[in-house]
Amino acid sequence: MINIQAAKTIYLFEMARMKRTLGQSVASPVLSTSLYFVVFGSAIGSRISEIGGVSYGAFIVPGLIMLSILTQSISNASFGIYFQKFTGTIYEILSAPISYIEIILGFVGAAASKSIILGLLILLTAHFFVPLEIHSPIWMLFFLFLTSITFSLFGFIIGIWADNFEKLQIIPLLIITPLTFLGGSFYSIDMLPPFWQKVSMLNPVVYLISGFRWSFYGKADVGIGISLSMISLLLVVCLYLVRRIFKTGYQIKA
Amino acid sequence: MAPIISIQRVSKKYRGGFQALKDVNLDIHEGEIFALLGPNGAGKTTLIGGICGTTNISSGKILVDGKDNVKYFRHTRSLIGLVPQEITLSAFETVWDNVNFSRGLFGKGPEPDYVEQLLKDLSLWDKKGNMLMTLSGGMKRRVMIAKALSHKPRILFLDEPSAGVDVELRRDMWQHVHKLRQSGVTIILTTHYIEEAEEMADRIGVINKGEIILVEKKQELMKKLGTKQMSIELATPLEQVPPELSNFEVKSEEGRLIYYYDPKKADTGVSKLIKTLSQIKLEYTDINTKQSSLEEIFVELVKK
Repeated sequence: MINIQAAKTIYLFEMARMKRTLGQSVASPVLSTSLYFVVFGSAIGSRISEIGGVSYGAFIVPGLIMLSILTQSISNASFGIYFQKFTGTIYEILSAPISYIEIILGFVGAAASKSIILGLLILLTAHFFVPLEIHSPIWMLFFLFLTSITFSLFGFIIGIWADNFEKLQIIPLLIITPLTFLGGSFYSIDMLPPFWQKVSMLNPVVYLISGFRWSFYGKADVGIGISLSMISLLLVVCLYLVRRIFKTGYQIKA
Repeated sequence: MAPIISIQRVSKKYRGGFQALKDVNLDIHEGEIFALLGPNGAGKTTLIGGICGTTNISSGKILVDGKDNVKYFRHTRSLIGLVPQEITLSAFETVWDNVNFSRGLFGKGPEPDYVEQLLKDLSLWDKKGNMLMTLSGGMKRRVMIAKALSHKPRILFLDEPSAGVDVELRRDMWQHVHKLRQSGVTIILTTHYIEEAEEMADRIGVINKGEIILVEKKQELMKKLGTKQMSIELATPLEQVPPELSNFEVKSEEGRLIYYYDPKKADTGVSKLIKTLSQIKLEYTDINTKQSSLEEIFVELVKK
């Protein structure tokens, strides 16, 4: 039987960490997103025509939210578990009567919750800069939830894999951020030359942003079904890897 | 009565090829204080890790309360409290929150009265609101013990509990351990301080190079392996042992003659030695004897 109390304990412990670092966890991503709106939305965006009938400022909102969700999910989840390894306090979790399910529910649940709160805060901030309409709020929340969970799981895997602080940063900075910038955060894939459109289709983040943007404007670079399949596939891969990690004790048990 | 912990043919080989445990068999009885002694790298911490779930064993079986500790990990781990060798605490939490965090991990809901008593017993109550990073090393060690006891375990592992702890705190801790034993908790401690094992343990196990080389009741171990030492204070210090004493295992040391003998033998040689001293007119001012300490026994065992 699942030890709900233990999962809740880890969850609340991680959420308390967010409270202690409110500036870093919430204020900083909200501020940097606001700067994106000022620079891309207002200064440069005013000279760019509408994309698919949506003003440029409004067009970039889903991409900006995704950018923050992906990086923050990874960073929160990876740091949470890595810090336990780094300080040695992970012994407590490994010797407690809990399985990997409770550990994941606690760590990944907390990281995903933070990302969802952050995504909604950025959405609220965007309202101050651009007029926004949400085509399908349910789908928007669903995408927000699914992406946060998936990338928090991915972050958790990175936190387990990393054996130093540099490794902790390397994937978010060198892989995720470039993929997000090249995944249509600030432009539509249709605007690229045909060759680069085909190359972009290899980037999984394109599908996430496209699906999320669809929930806002009812228009997307790729079909909603394909976007959902892609994120579900990523989720399954992450779940499989986490299960393997705990079965073998990779990087956590001697 | 079935042992509370039964370690059956347990081996552990690390990824690098180092064999930390070799076919270890050991039973721990409910309610006892068992001291596991061994030099650095002997396998003490690996063995504890295997029982508690922080280390995967390569082969063998560990039963806790009669149940396999891998298959029934939820039951077996819920019985165990672990105080690891290193002080590992999150820096930014308060003592109160951190002890309650440990309790929560074991699936236990809040029980403020129990946690309050625990902190009072460990002289931590006035520090309950302090952040962990502001505590001294000794206080942190107490917090580690409070965390391990927060879910009321039936078995407590203390891995080098006195490392870096001052004498006063060590005495306090020993008293607390005795109190726990009286309440029925089984205690397994590893230590470098032989004095600690001598003071507390009911039984002693010695591990060296991954193998258990001896398990014995403390008193029997002392009786079985302990030699006695007779110290003869000389009126005039000698430069070397006189040839008349060459038949005795005697050495001269800082104005004394030291004689080692086995007290279990019918002929200990003590009276012959004293007679010989009179015959050669070697004057002495005092004679005293003492049982060899556990430390001396341990050094002898590990040397073999």
